Amino acid sequence: MLIVKYTPEHEWLEYNGEVVTVGITEHAAEQLGDVVFVELPEEDTPVTKGDEVVVIESVKAAADILAPMDGVITEVNPLLEDEPELVSKDPLGQGWFFRMKPNDPADLDQYMDEAEYKAHIAGG
Amino acid sequence: MAELKKTPLHELHVGLGARMVPFAGWEMPVQYPAGVMAEHRHTREAAGLFDVSHMGQVAIRPQGGGGWEDVAAALETVLPQSVLGLKEGRQRYGFLTNERGGIIDDLMFANRGDHAFLVVNAARAEVDLAHLRRMIGGKVEIEPLAGRALLALQGPKAEAALARIAPGVREMRFMDVRALTLDVVGGVPALVSRSGYTGEDGFEISLPADRAEAVARALLEMEEVAPIGLGARDSLRLEAGLCLYGNDIDETTTPVVAALEWAIQKPRRRGGARAGGFPGAEVILDQLETGAPRRRVGLLPEGRAPMRQGTPLRPEGTAGSPVGSVTSGGFGPTVERPVAMGYVPTSLAETGTRLEGEVRGRWRPVVVADLPFVPHRYRR
Repeated sequence: MLIVKYTPEHEWLEYNGEVVTVGITEHAAEQLGDVVFVELPEEDTPVTKGDEVVVIESVKAAADILAPMDGVITEVNPLLEDEPELVSKDPLGQGWFFRMKPNDPADLDQYMDEAEYKAHIAGG
Repeated sequence: MAELKKTPLHELHVGLGARMVPFAGWEMPVQYPAGVMAEHRHTREAAGLFDVSHMGQVAIRPQGGGGWEDVAAALETVLPQSVLGLKEGRQRYGFLTNERGGIIDDLMFANRGDHAFLVVNAARAEVDLAHLRRMIGGKVEIEPLAGRALLALQGPKAEAALARIAPGVREMRFMDVRALTLDVVGGVPALVSRSGYTGEDGFEISLPADRAEAVARALLEMEEVAPIGLGARDSLRLEAGLCLYGNDIDETTTPVVAALEWAIQKPRRRGGARAGGFPGAEVILDQLETGAPRRRVGLLPEGRAPMRQGTPLRPEGTAGSPVGSVTSGGFGPTVERPVAMGYVPTSLAETGTRLEGEVRGRWRPVVVADLPFVPHRYRR
Protein backbone atom coordinates (compact mmCIF):
# COMPACT_ATOMS: atom_id res chain seq x y z
CA MET A 1 0.00 0.00 0.00
CA LEU A 2 1.17 3.51 -0.83
CA ILE A 3 1.46 6.15 1.85
CA VAL A 4 1.42 9.74 0.57
CA LYS A 5 2.58 12.58 2.79
CA TYR A 6 3.23 16.27 2.31
CA THR A 7 5.89 18.59 3.75
CA PRO A 8 5.30 22.24 4.68
CA GLU A 9 7.68 23.07 1.80
CA HIS A 10 5.12 21.63 -0.65
CA GLU A 11 6.90 18.39 -1.45
CA TRP A 12 4.97 15.16 -1.79
CA LEU A 13 6.44 11.92 -0.44
CA GLU A 14 5.12 8.60 -1.66
CA TYR A 15 6.22 5.52 0.31
CA ASN A 16 5.67 2.08 -1.17
CA GLY A 17 7.03 0.18 1.82
CA GLU A 18 10.56 0.25 0.46
CA VAL A 19 11.48 3.63 -1.03
CA VAL A 20 10.12 7.17 -0.79
CA THR A 21 9.57 9.02 -4.09
CA VAL A 22 9.88 12.80 -3.79
CA GLY A 23 8.30 15.50 -5.96
CA ILE A 24 6.63 18.88 -5.58
CA THR A 25 2.91 19.55 -5.41
CA GLU A 26 0.87 21.28 -8.10
CA HIS A 27 0.62 24.27 -5.79
CA ALA A 28 4.43 24.52 -5.61
CA ALA A 29 4.84 23.97 -9.35
CA GLU A 30 2.43 26.77 -10.06
CA GLN A 31 4.22 29.14 -7.69
CA LEU A 32 7.60 28.27 -9.18
CA GLY A 33 6.73 29.01 -12.81
CA ASP A 34 8.30 27.28 -15.81
CA VAL A 35 11.15 25.01 -14.69
CA VAL A 36 14.21 25.19 -16.95
CA PHE A 37 16.83 23.16 -15.10
CA VAL A 38 16.96 20.59 -12.33
CA GLU A 39 20.15 19.66 -10.54
CA LEU A 40 19.78 16.17 -9.10
CA PRO A 41 21.85 14.30 -6.51
CA GLU A 42 24.05 11.30 -7.26
CA GLU A 43 22.55 7.88 -6.76
CA ASP A 44 23.71 5.89 -3.69
CA THR A 45 24.38 9.15 -1.80
CA PRO A 46 23.58 9.05 1.93
CA VAL A 47 21.62 12.14 2.94
CA THR A 48 20.62 13.75 6.23
CA LYS A 49 17.28 15.40 6.80
CA GLY A 50 17.53 19.03 5.69
CA ASP A 51 20.35 18.48 3.18
CA GLU A 52 19.88 20.45 -0.02
CA VAL A 53 19.55 17.58 -2.49
CA VAL A 54 17.82 19.11 -5.52
CA VAL A 55 18.01 22.58 -7.03
CA ILE A 56 15.18 23.64 -9.31
CA GLU A 57 15.80 26.61 -11.59
CA SER A 58 12.69 28.24 -12.96
CA VAL A 59 12.51 31.20 -15.33
CA LYS A 60 12.27 33.32 -12.21
CA ALA A 61 14.57 31.92 -9.54
CA ALA A 62 16.25 28.92 -7.99
CA ALA A 63 14.54 26.81 -5.33
CA ASP A 64 15.85 23.98 -3.16
CA ILE A 65 14.42 20.61 -2.32
CA LEU A 66 15.65 19.39 1.05
CA ALA A 67 15.99 15.77 2.07
CA PRO A 68 12.81 15.03 4.04
CA MET A 69 14.52 12.45 6.27
CA ASP A 70 17.76 10.54 6.75
CA GLY A 71 18.43 7.82 4.20
CA VAL A 72 20.13 6.95 0.92
CA ILE A 73 19.27 8.23 -2.58
CA THR A 74 18.50 5.13 -4.66
CA GLU A 75 17.37 6.60 -7.96
CA VAL A 76 17.02 9.98 -9.70
CA ASN A 77 14.55 10.82 -12.46
CA PRO A 78 16.51 10.36 -15.70
CA LEU A 79 13.92 12.32 -17.73
CA LEU A 80 14.60 15.63 -16.02
CA GLU A 81 18.00 16.23 -17.56
CA ASP A 82 16.50 16.72 -21.00
CA GLU A 83 12.95 17.62 -20.01
CA PRO A 84 13.07 19.75 -16.85
CA GLU A 85 9.69 21.19 -17.88
CA LEU A 86 8.08 17.92 -16.72
CA VAL A 87 8.28 19.38 -13.21
CA SER A 88 5.92 22.15 -14.32
CA LYS A 89 3.71 20.03 -16.55
CA ASP A 90 3.34 16.87 -14.51
CA PRO A 91 4.59 17.52 -10.97
CA LEU A 92 2.68 14.61 -9.45
CA GLY A 93 3.71 12.12 -12.12
CA GLN A 94 6.65 12.26 -14.51
CA GLY A 95 8.10 15.30 -12.74
CA TRP A 96 9.34 13.40 -9.65
CA PHE A 97 12.94 14.10 -8.55
CA PHE A 98 14.41 11.15 -6.71
CA ARG A 99 13.74 8.03 -4.69
CA MET A 100 15.36 7.35 -1.34
CA LYS A 101 15.45 4.52 1.13
CA PRO A 102 14.61 5.99 4.54
CA ASN A 103 16.70 4.89 7.52
CA ASP A 104 13.54 4.95 9.60
CA PRO A 105 10.20 4.88 7.75
CA ALA A 106 8.55 6.22 10.90
CA ASP A 107 10.09 9.59 9.96
CA LEU A 108 7.19 9.92 7.52
CA ASP A 109 4.77 10.28 10.41
CA GLN A 110 5.87 13.87 11.07
CA TYR A 111 4.46 15.01 7.72
CA MET A 112 0.92 15.98 6.70
CA ASP A 113 -1.67 13.76 5.07
CA GLU A 114 -3.68 15.08 2.16
CA ALA A 115 -6.43 16.70 4.23
CA GLU A 116 -3.90 18.43 6.46
CA TYR A 117 -1.95 19.62 3.45
CA LYS A 118 -5.05 21.09 1.81
CA ALA A 119 -5.79 22.96 5.01
CA HIS A 120 -2.15 24.13 5.08
CA ILE A 121 -2.43 25.63 1.58
CA ALA A 122 -5.80 27.18 2.30
CA GLY A 123 -4.34 28.83 5.39
CA GLY A 124 -1.72 30.47 3.20
CA MET B 1 6.76 51.24 2.48
CA ALA B 2 4.74 53.68 0.41
CA GLU B 3 1.67 52.39 -1.34
CA LEU B 4 2.32 50.97 -4.79
CA LYS B 5 1.12 52.94 -7.78
CA LYS B 6 -1.28 51.31 -10.21
CA THR B 7 -1.29 51.75 -13.98
CA PRO B 8 -4.52 52.51 -15.88
CA LEU B 9 -4.58 48.84 -16.92
CA HIS B 10 -4.51 47.45 -13.39
CA GLU B 11 -8.05 46.05 -13.46
CA LEU B 12 -7.46 44.55 -16.88
CA HIS B 13 -4.36 42.71 -15.62
CA VAL B 14 -6.18 41.36 -12.58
CA GLY B 15 -9.10 40.29 -14.77
CA LEU B 16 -6.71 38.45 -17.08
CA GLY B 17 -5.39 36.48 -14.09
CA ALA B 18 -2.00 38.20 -13.89
CA ARG B 19 0.28 37.68 -10.92
CA MET B 20 0.98 41.21 -9.72
CA VAL B 21 4.31 42.15 -8.11
CA PRO B 22 5.93 45.35 -6.85
CA PHE B 23 8.34 46.85 -9.41
CA ALA B 24 9.99 50.28 -9.14
CA GLY B 25 7.18 51.51 -6.88
CA TRP B 26 4.43 50.15 -9.13
CA GLU B 27 2.19 47.12 -8.94
CA MET B 28 2.89 45.35 -12.23
CA PRO B 29 1.97 42.04 -13.91
CA VAL B 30 4.98 39.68 -13.80
CA GLN B 31 3.15 36.97 -15.71
CA TYR B 32 -0.29 35.87 -16.87
CA PRO B 33 -1.65 32.31 -16.65
CA ALA B 34 0.21 31.29 -19.85
CA GLY B 35 3.52 31.70 -17.98
CA VAL B 36 6.84 33.36 -18.78
CA MET B 37 8.03 30.77 -21.29
CA ALA B 38 4.86 30.78 -23.40
CA GLU B 39 4.61 34.58 -23.23
CA HIS B 40 8.21 34.94 -24.38
CA ARG B 41 7.71 32.59 -27.31
CA HIS B 42 4.41 34.19 -28.26
CA THR B 43 6.15 37.56 -28.56
CA ARG B 44 8.85 36.15 -30.84
CA GLU B 45 6.29 34.29 -32.98
CA ALA B 46 3.24 36.57 -33.04
CA ALA B 47 2.61 39.75 -31.05
CA GLY B 48 2.83 40.52 -27.34
CA LEU B 49 1.13 43.42 -25.58
CA PHE B 50 3.04 44.95 -22.65
CA ASP B 51 1.82 47.55 -20.18
CA VAL B 52 4.79 49.84 -19.65
CA SER B 53 2.78 52.72 -18.23
CA HIS B 54 5.09 52.79 -15.22
CA MET B 55 7.80 54.35 -17.39
CA GLY B 56 8.28 58.10 -17.19
CA GLN B 57 7.12 60.24 -20.11
CA VAL B 58 8.50 63.76 -20.30
CA ALA B 59 8.09 66.65 -22.74
CA ILE B 60 10.93 69.15 -23.08
CA ARG B 61 9.66 72.38 -24.64
CA PRO B 62 11.37 75.62 -25.63
CA GLN B 63 10.85 78.69 -23.53
CA GLY B 64 8.85 81.58 -25.03
CA GLY B 65 9.85 82.28 -28.61
CA GLY B 66 12.27 79.37 -28.90
CA GLY B 67 12.13 76.27 -31.09
CA TRP B 68 13.42 72.73 -31.49
CA GLU B 69 17.02 73.94 -31.87
CA ASP B 70 16.91 75.43 -28.39
CA VAL B 71 15.57 72.20 -26.93
CA ALA B 72 18.12 70.09 -28.81
CA ALA B 73 21.01 72.36 -27.81
CA ALA B 74 19.95 72.14 -24.15
CA LEU B 75 19.65 68.34 -24.32
CA GLU B 76 23.14 68.12 -25.82
CA THR B 77 24.47 69.51 -22.53
CA VAL B 78 23.10 66.46 -20.65
CA LEU B 79 23.29 63.71 -23.30
CA PRO B 80 26.34 62.54 -25.30
CA GLN B 81 24.05 61.91 -28.25
CA SER B 82 23.56 64.07 -31.34
CA VAL B 83 20.18 65.68 -30.64
CA LEU B 84 20.56 68.52 -33.13
CA GLY B 85 21.16 65.89 -35.80
CA LEU B 86 17.88 64.13 -35.06
CA LYS B 87 15.24 64.76 -37.71
CA GLU B 88 11.63 65.56 -36.93
CA GLY B 89 9.60 62.39 -36.42
CA ARG B 90 12.65 60.33 -35.43
CA GLN B 91 13.74 58.84 -32.11
CA ARG B 92 17.11 57.88 -30.65
CA TYR B 93 18.43 55.84 -27.73
CA GLY B 94 20.53 57.83 -25.30
CA PHE B 95 21.67 58.22 -21.70
CA LEU B 96 22.08 60.93 -19.11
CA THR B 97 25.65 60.95 -17.81
CA ASN B 98 27.18 62.16 -14.56
CA GLU B 99 30.45 64.04 -14.00
CA ARG B 100 32.37 60.76 -13.79
CA GLY B 101 30.96 59.56 -17.09
CA GLY B 102 28.60 57.11 -15.36
CA ILE B 103 25.06 56.57 -16.57
CA ILE B 104 22.29 58.28 -14.58
CA ASP B 105 19.62 56.67 -16.77
CA ASP B 106 19.13 55.36 -20.28
CA LEU B 107 16.20 56.66 -22.28
CA MET B 108 14.55 57.27 -25.63
CA PHE B 109 14.22 60.79 -27.00
CA ALA B 110 12.21 61.91 -30.02
CA ASN B 111 12.09 65.06 -32.12
CA ARG B 112 8.43 66.12 -32.12
CA GLY B 113 8.99 69.23 -34.20
CA ASP B 114 8.43 71.85 -31.53
CA HIS B 115 9.49 69.78 -28.50
CA ALA B 116 11.33 66.66 -27.41
CA PHE B 117 9.52 63.60 -26.05
CA LEU B 118 11.45 61.42 -23.60
CA VAL B 119 10.70 57.99 -22.14
CA VAL B 120 12.73 57.17 -19.02
CA ASN B 121 12.93 54.26 -16.58
CA ALA B 122 10.28 54.19 -13.85
CA ALA B 123 12.79 53.72 -11.04
CA ARG B 124 14.87 56.68 -12.26
CA ALA B 125 12.14 59.14 -13.26
CA GLU B 126 12.44 61.28 -10.12
CA VAL B 127 16.25 61.33 -10.28
CA ASP B 128 16.14 62.20 -13.99
CA LEU B 129 13.69 65.04 -13.51
CA ALA B 130 15.74 66.55 -10.67
CA HIS B 131 18.87 66.26 -12.79
CA LEU B 132 17.23 67.79 -15.88
CA ARG B 133 15.77 70.67 -13.85
CA ARG B 134 19.12 71.39 -12.27
CA MET B 135 21.06 71.18 -15.53
CA ILE B 136 18.72 72.70 -18.12
CA GLY B 137 15.68 73.92 -16.17
CA GLY B 138 16.66 77.54 -16.84
CA LYS B 139 16.77 77.01 -20.59
CA VAL B 140 13.74 74.82 -21.38
CA GLU B 141 10.38 73.83 -19.94
CA ILE B 142 10.44 70.33 -18.43
CA GLU B 143 7.00 68.77 -18.23
CA PRO B 144 6.41 65.28 -16.79
CA LEU B 145 3.44 63.92 -18.75
CA ALA B 146 1.14 62.69 -16.00
CA GLY B 147 -2.10 61.13 -17.12
CA ARG B 148 -0.58 59.13 -19.95
CA ALA B 149 -0.24 55.41 -20.38
CA LEU B 150 2.35 53.53 -22.45
CA LEU B 151 1.71 50.25 -24.25
CA ALA B 152 4.22 48.19 -26.22
CA LEU B 153 3.14 45.83 -28.98
CA GLN B 154 6.07 43.63 -29.99
CA GLY B 155 6.68 40.79 -32.38
CA PRO B 156 6.55 39.87 -36.08
CA LYS B 157 2.76 40.26 -36.19
CA ALA B 158 2.70 43.58 -34.32
CA GLU B 159 2.42 45.61 -37.52
CA ALA B 160 -0.51 43.59 -38.87
CA ALA B 161 -2.32 43.91 -35.54
CA LEU B 162 -1.74 47.61 -34.94
CA ALA B 163 -2.46 48.50 -38.58
CA ARG B 164 -6.06 47.37 -38.06
CA ILE B 165 -6.63 50.36 -35.80
CA ALA B 166 -3.88 52.61 -37.22
CA PRO B 167 -3.11 51.87 -40.90
CA GLY B 168 -0.44 54.60 -40.90
CA VAL B 169 1.95 52.41 -38.92
CA ARG B 170 2.69 50.40 -42.08
CA GLU B 171 4.70 53.31 -43.46
CA MET B 172 6.79 53.70 -40.33
CA ARG B 173 10.29 52.28 -40.03
CA PHE B 174 12.43 51.53 -36.97
CA MET B 175 12.68 54.58 -34.67
CA ASP B 176 10.05 56.62 -36.51
CA VAL B 177 7.64 58.50 -34.25
CA ARG B 178 4.21 59.65 -35.37
CA ALA B 179 1.07 61.15 -33.89
CA LEU B 180 -1.77 58.91 -35.07
CA THR B 181 -5.42 58.46 -34.27
CA LEU B 182 -6.24 54.92 -33.20
CA ASP B 183 -9.57 53.71 -34.55
CA VAL B 184 -10.98 52.64 -31.18
CA VAL B 185 -14.22 54.01 -29.70
CA GLY B 186 -14.38 57.10 -31.79
CA GLY B 187 -10.68 57.72 -32.09
CA VAL B 188 -7.82 57.85 -29.59
CA PRO B 189 -4.99 60.30 -30.18
CA ALA B 190 -1.70 58.47 -29.69
CA LEU B 191 1.99 58.96 -30.16
CA VAL B 192 3.40 55.82 -31.78
CA SER B 193 7.06 54.90 -32.19
CA ARG B 194 8.40 51.88 -34.04
CA SER B 195 10.68 50.61 -31.30
CA GLY B 196 10.76 48.38 -28.25
CA TYR B 197 12.72 46.35 -25.74
CA THR B 198 12.51 42.82 -27.12
CA GLY B 199 14.73 42.81 -30.22
CA GLU B 200 11.61 42.27 -32.32
CA ASP B 201 9.87 44.64 -34.66
CA GLY B 202 7.15 46.48 -32.79
CA PHE B 203 5.65 49.66 -31.49
CA GLU B 204 5.39 51.73 -28.34
CA ILE B 205 2.14 53.64 -27.98
CA SER B 206 1.78 56.65 -25.71
CA LEU B 207 -1.87 57.55 -25.12
CA PRO B 208 -4.22 59.21 -22.64
CA ALA B 209 -4.53 57.08 -19.49
CA ASP B 210 -8.32 57.06 -19.60
CA ARG B 211 -8.33 55.49 -23.09
CA ALA B 212 -5.60 52.93 -22.50
CA GLU B 213 -7.86 50.10 -21.39
CA ALA B 214 -10.12 50.41 -24.45
CA VAL B 215 -7.10 50.29 -26.76
CA ALA B 216 -5.52 47.38 -24.87
CA ARG B 217 -8.78 45.43 -25.02
CA ALA B 218 -9.14 46.12 -28.75
CA LEU B 219 -5.62 44.77 -29.35
CA LEU B 220 -6.09 41.76 -27.05
CA GLU B 221 -9.21 40.78 -28.98
CA MET B 222 -7.02 40.20 -32.03
CA GLU B 223 -5.99 36.62 -32.55
CA GLU B 224 -2.25 37.24 -32.74
CA VAL B 225 -2.05 39.41 -29.62
CA ALA B 226 -1.50 38.07 -26.09
CA PRO B 227 -0.70 39.94 -22.85
CA ILE B 228 2.94 39.68 -21.73
CA GLY B 229 4.29 40.32 -18.22
CA LEU B 230 7.53 41.67 -16.82
CA GLY B 231 9.02 38.16 -16.56
CA ALA B 232 9.02 37.63 -20.32
CA ARG B 233 9.93 41.27 -20.90
CA ASP B 234 13.13 40.56 -18.98
CA SER B 235 14.01 37.32 -20.80
CA LEU B 236 13.22 38.92 -24.18
CA ARG B 237 15.46 41.93 -23.58
CA LEU B 238 18.23 39.72 -22.20
CA GLU B 239 18.23 37.55 -25.33
CA ALA B 240 18.27 40.78 -27.35
CA GLY B 241 21.37 41.93 -25.41
CA LEU B 242 19.62 45.06 -24.13
CA CYS B 243 20.62 46.61 -20.82
CA LEU B 244 18.38 46.84 -17.78
CA TYR B 245 19.13 49.98 -15.77
CA GLY B 246 20.14 49.08 -12.22
CA ASN B 247 21.34 45.63 -13.29
CA ASP B 248 23.61 46.12 -16.28
CA ILE B 249 24.23 49.86 -16.17
CA ASP B 250 24.32 52.40 -13.37
CA GLU B 251 26.15 55.51 -12.20
CA THR B 252 29.45 53.58 -12.03
CA THR B 253 29.38 52.25 -15.60
CA THR B 254 30.44 54.58 -18.39
CA PRO B 255 29.01 54.09 -21.89
CA VAL B 256 32.32 52.57 -23.02
CA VAL B 257 32.52 50.20 -20.06
CA ALA B 258 28.90 49.26 -20.81
CA ALA B 259 29.69 48.67 -24.52
CA LEU B 260 27.16 51.33 -25.51
CA GLU B 261 29.57 53.55 -27.47
CA TRP B 262 27.57 52.83 -30.64
CA ALA B 263 24.96 55.23 -29.21
CA ILE B 264 27.40 58.17 -29.20
CA GLN B 265 27.28 59.73 -32.64
CA LYS B 266 30.33 61.22 -34.40
CA PRO B 267 29.44 64.90 -33.94
CA ARG B 268 29.80 64.50 -30.16
CA ARG B 269 33.12 62.64 -30.29
CA ARG B 270 36.58 64.23 -30.44
CA GLY B 271 37.03 65.89 -33.81
CA GLY B 272 33.26 66.16 -34.22
CA ALA B 273 31.39 69.40 -34.84
CA ARG B 274 29.94 69.47 -31.31
CA ALA B 275 32.45 67.33 -29.42
CA GLY B 276 32.01 67.02 -25.65
CA GLY B 277 29.99 69.49 -23.63
CA PHE B 278 28.09 66.87 -21.62
CA PRO B 279 28.80 65.69 -18.06
CA GLY B 280 31.75 63.30 -17.87
CA ALA B 281 32.83 64.12 -21.44
CA GLU B 282 36.54 63.96 -20.61
CA VAL B 283 36.29 60.44 -19.20
CA ILE B 284 33.99 59.14 -21.93
CA LEU B 285 35.84 60.71 -24.87
CA ASP B 286 39.17 59.43 -23.49
CA GLN B 287 37.74 55.93 -23.17
CA LEU B 288 36.36 56.08 -26.72
CA GLU B 289 39.95 56.47 -27.91
CA THR B 290 41.90 54.33 -25.47
CA GLY B 291 39.33 51.82 -24.24
CA ALA B 292 37.99 51.12 -20.78
CA PRO B 293 39.44 48.88 -18.05
CA ARG B 294 36.40 46.60 -18.07
CA ARG B 295 33.60 45.75 -20.48
CA ARG B 296 30.05 44.49 -20.56
CA VAL B 297 29.99 41.20 -22.46
CA GLY B 298 27.55 38.48 -23.42
CA LEU B 299 28.03 35.20 -21.57
CA LEU B 300 26.94 31.69 -22.51
CA PRO B 301 27.07 29.31 -19.55
CA GLU B 302 27.88 25.78 -20.67
CA GLY B 303 25.44 23.20 -19.39
CA ARG B 304 21.92 24.01 -18.30
CA ALA B 305 22.38 25.81 -14.99
CA PRO B 306 21.49 29.52 -15.33
CA MET B 307 24.05 32.02 -14.00
CA ARG B 308 22.04 34.74 -12.39
CA GLN B 309 22.79 38.32 -11.35
CA GLY B 310 25.72 38.41 -8.93
CA THR B 311 27.39 35.20 -10.11
CA PRO B 312 31.16 35.76 -9.64
CA LEU B 313 33.38 35.21 -12.70
CA ARG B 314 37.06 34.31 -13.06
CA PRO B 315 39.28 33.03 -15.89
CA GLU B 316 38.89 29.30 -16.46
CA GLY B 317 41.37 27.13 -14.62
CA THR B 318 42.58 29.84 -12.23
CA ALA B 319 41.69 29.22 -8.63
CA GLY B 320 42.01 32.94 -7.86
CA SER B 321 39.49 35.49 -6.71
CA PRO B 322 36.69 36.68 -8.98
CA VAL B 323 37.54 39.32 -11.60
CA GLY B 324 34.00 40.15 -12.66
CA SER B 325 30.37 39.21 -12.24
CA VAL B 326 27.09 38.55 -13.99
CA THR B 327 24.69 41.52 -14.04
CA SER B 328 21.73 39.82 -15.79
CA GLY B 329 21.28 36.13 -16.27
CA GLY B 330 18.63 33.52 -16.76
CA PHE B 331 17.21 31.06 -19.20
CA GLY B 332 16.60 32.17 -22.78
CA PRO B 333 13.38 30.49 -23.97
CA THR B 334 14.12 31.17 -27.66
CA VAL B 335 17.74 30.00 -27.63
CA GLU B 336 16.69 27.26 -25.17
CA ARG B 337 19.73 27.64 -22.99
CA PRO B 338 21.01 29.84 -20.19
CA VAL B 339 22.21 33.28 -21.27
CA ALA B 340 23.78 36.13 -19.32
CA MET B 341 25.53 39.47 -19.45
CA GLY B 342 28.21 40.73 -17.12
CA TYR B 343 31.39 42.70 -16.64
CA VAL B 344 34.95 41.42 -17.04
CA PRO B 345 38.38 43.06 -17.39
CA THR B 346 38.86 44.18 -21.01
CA SER B 347 41.68 41.62 -21.37
CA LEU B 348 39.04 38.89 -20.90
CA ALA B 349 36.30 40.51 -22.99
CA GLU B 350 37.12 38.94 -26.33
CA THR B 351 34.46 36.63 -27.79
CA GLY B 352 35.35 33.02 -27.08
CA THR B 353 37.27 33.74 -23.88
CA ARG B 354 36.70 30.90 -21.46
CA LEU B 355 35.70 31.86 -17.94
CA GLU B 356 34.04 30.14 -15.04
CA GLY B 357 31.19 31.29 -12.84
CA GLU B 358 30.34 30.12 -9.34
CA VAL B 359 26.86 28.67 -8.95
CA ARG B 360 26.01 27.10 -5.60
CA GLY B 361 29.64 26.69 -4.61
CA ARG B 362 30.76 25.08 -7.86
CA TRP B 363 32.76 26.85 -10.57
CA ARG B 364 31.20 26.07 -13.94
CA PRO B 365 32.38 26.93 -17.46
CA VAL B 366 31.02 30.00 -19.25
CA VAL B 367 32.17 31.54 -22.52
CA VAL B 368 32.23 35.19 -23.61
CA ALA B 369 29.81 35.52 -26.53
CA ASP B 370 28.61 38.12 -29.01
CA LEU B 371 25.42 40.04 -28.25
CA PRO B 372 22.60 39.79 -29.08
CA PHE B 373 21.84 36.11 -28.49
CA VAL B 374 18.81 36.41 -30.79
CA PRO B 375 19.27 38.62 -33.88
CA HIS B 376 17.34 41.90 -33.84
CA ARG B 377 14.50 41.99 -36.33
CA TYR B 378 13.89 45.72 -36.53
CA ARG B 379 12.17 47.11 -39.65
CA ARG B 380 14.92 49.47 -40.80
